[in-house]
Amino acid sequence: MHSAGVRFGMIYAGVFALSTIALAVFLWWSTAGLLDRQTDAAINADTQGLLERYSDGGLLALEDVIEQRLMGNVDDDAIYLLTDPALHKLAGNLNQLPTRVLQQEGSYQLAIERAGHRGMAQVQQIELPGRFHLLVGRDVEVHAQMTRLLTDALLWAAGAAMLLGTAGALAVRGLFRITLADVSATATAISAGDLTRRVRVSGREDEFDRLAETINDMLDRIGRLMDGVRQVSNAIAHDLRTPIARARARLEDAASHAASEADLRAAIERAETDLDGVVAIFNALLRIAEIEAGARRSAFADIDLAPLLLDLADLYGAVAEERGQVLRPDIPASVPAFGDREMIQQAVANLLDNAMKFSPGHGTIRLAAELVPGQGPRITVADEGPGIPEADRARAPERFFRGETARSTPGSGLGLALVQAVATLHGGELWLEDAAPGLRAVLALNTRVGPPRVNASSSANQPAVPVEAA
Amino acid sequence: MRILVVEDDKDVAGFVVKGLREAGHVVEHADNGRDGLFMAASENFDAIVLDRMLPGGIDGLRLLETLRAQNNQTPVVFLSALAQVDDRVRGLKAGGDDYLTKPFAFAELLARVEGLARRGKGEGPQTKLVTGDLEMDLLSRGVKRAGQKIDLQPREFRLLEYLMRHAGQVVTRTMLLEGVWDYHFDPQTNVIDVHVSRLRQKVDKPFPTSLIHTVRNAGYMLRAEQP
Repeated sequence: MHSAGVRFGMIYAGVFALSTIALAVFLWWSTAGLLDRQTDAAINADTQGLLERYSDGGLLALEDVIEQRLMGNVDDDAIYLLTDPALHKLAGNLNQLPTRVLQQEGSYQLAIERAGHRGMAQVQQIELPGRFHLLVGRDVEVHAQMTRLLTDALLWAAGAAMLLGTAGALAVRGLFRITLADVSATATAISAGDLTRRVRVSGREDEFDRLAETINDMLDRIGRLMDGVRQVSNAIAHDLRTPIARARARLEDAASHAASEADLRAAIERAETDLDGVVAIFNALLRIAEIEAGARRSAFADIDLAPLLLDLADLYGAVAEERGQVLRPDIPASVPAFGDREMIQQAVANLLDNAMKFSPGHGTIRLAAELVPGQGPRITVADEGPGIPEADRARAPERFFRGETARSTPGSGLGLALVQAVATLHGGELWLEDAAPGLRAVLALNTRVGPPRVNASSSANQPAVPVEAA
Repeated sequence: MRILVVEDDKDVAGFVVKGLREAGHVVEHADNGRDGLFMAASENFDAIVLDRMLPGGIDGLRLLETLRAQNNQTPVVFLSALAQVDDRVRGLKAGGDDYLTKPFAFAELLARVEGLARRGKGEGPQTKLVTGDLEMDLLSRGVKRAGQKIDLQPREFRLLEYLMRHAGQVVTRTMLLEGVWDYHFDPQTNVIDVHVSRLRQKVDKPFPTSLIHTVRNAGYMLRAEQP
């Protein structure tokens, strides 16, 4: 079946039919069935009573009690018949025992003719010693009429149910088609290249709305990625063209205008420096791509961030001092983490590079680490520089993004992008806050803490939820 | 020193061979893996500069593994365009002593090749390093210059130790970052220069002559003044 709409419609009709049948069966069982069961019970009790009298007082007592019961039967629905071995009537309200009765033992339905009208009876036949026969029963003509009524009603209901089921199935199929038509149209438009199209959200906040929202979120993300790719290729083109163009101009100028060998050499050396810058940008881009590909997860191990950070503080502390700044580490004795030592080193080094670049002279740079219970280790680098305007903060970790204040400083605009990639690799996050004054960068490594597990390497795969309480 | 360069790119090979010869070394060149392996196995070299991707059926890794399997311990510097961290790890695991990615500065390659060749000739663990009037006792971790004691921080000590072990050779900033700090990335800031300048304050400033020299466009060198 190639139409999911038709399939859902059929399923709906099937379920509807099944529930209708179940309802009818229950209705039958609780009305007609109940009456039948009650009749059977009454006949049974009656028979038991008669047999007891028979065993106490013999045939005569039985005849007496039959007469008595017939007299006391107000509803006139009781049927009794006692016959001798020649099938002549001794007592009861039936004239004769139907001939086929002799062949039938136990309970059965019997057509009777009584006081001038025909009817149906439910009877039980017992053979008494000496080939006497006792027939005990109830007239069930009223039951039979009711059963006929019920059957008619149920047949009509079945017809109505079938119509309703078909109509419902058609409606379900139609709804399904209408609901999916928009999604389908949007998808078609998107694959044709119109990335601005979105699925309509009805506002009913139902499953289809949620589906539409999910699809729209996905489309937004694809759009952002496309923008990112476009932006990165533009940025690569620009950021690499500039130094390459400069190098080329220097070499060309030197080739045609250099007055002395010293001039020529100087020009070539400057061109080399420009090309080194190009190589550095390439390396950074490749490194980020490498991290984002997740290929480095094989190098994950249990590490202690405290000595790692103190080493970095030592390396950068001297540089800060040289610039008149202060690097103040605030690191506990031990910060266990699970991750790639080299990547974390580079990420923190990038944060420190940035902090020192943007901090004013005499500024203080803080390097802190803590183990947030239930959330894993967290590394904070705060400076007292101009910070990043709130509007730019979310975009700062994008490749080649450079804020207004950063334009005049050297740098490739790839530092934070790498930190972001490292955070993601470690199932964590990078966020930037206002340190008033300055910028605080928090690198949260949402890593597993404790002894390695069998599936240790997969823990980095998990989204930003605490993997294990500290 | 006798150095073997196994590199298929003509320009890079020519540049490396010329540079090494200018630096006073005897250089042989092979432009494919098979010839390279033959030369490396049959002749004695002080160091091998080895490209990873080579024509001739035998790539750099295979060449080196074969060489090491023959118990040939000639120091090897990989020179490769494969720059991922895992590539470097694989190269070092195969028995490489150093790994340099293309593009590279010749000064960096020269410094590393000379450093390795020197290390290959090392004779047992040393307890004392001496350069000119500078002495370092590796057991008591004491440093003296002209008989005068110099107090160094642990990191400064390791920096000076590295320079003294490579005395007379150019040591690049990247080599220092890897050898002293064990960092395999390039910081944007001039961290190494700052640390070397602090070391100079203690080792050179109080004395009439300087031992730590800056080599332009390359790095540093610890060298006693020629008398």
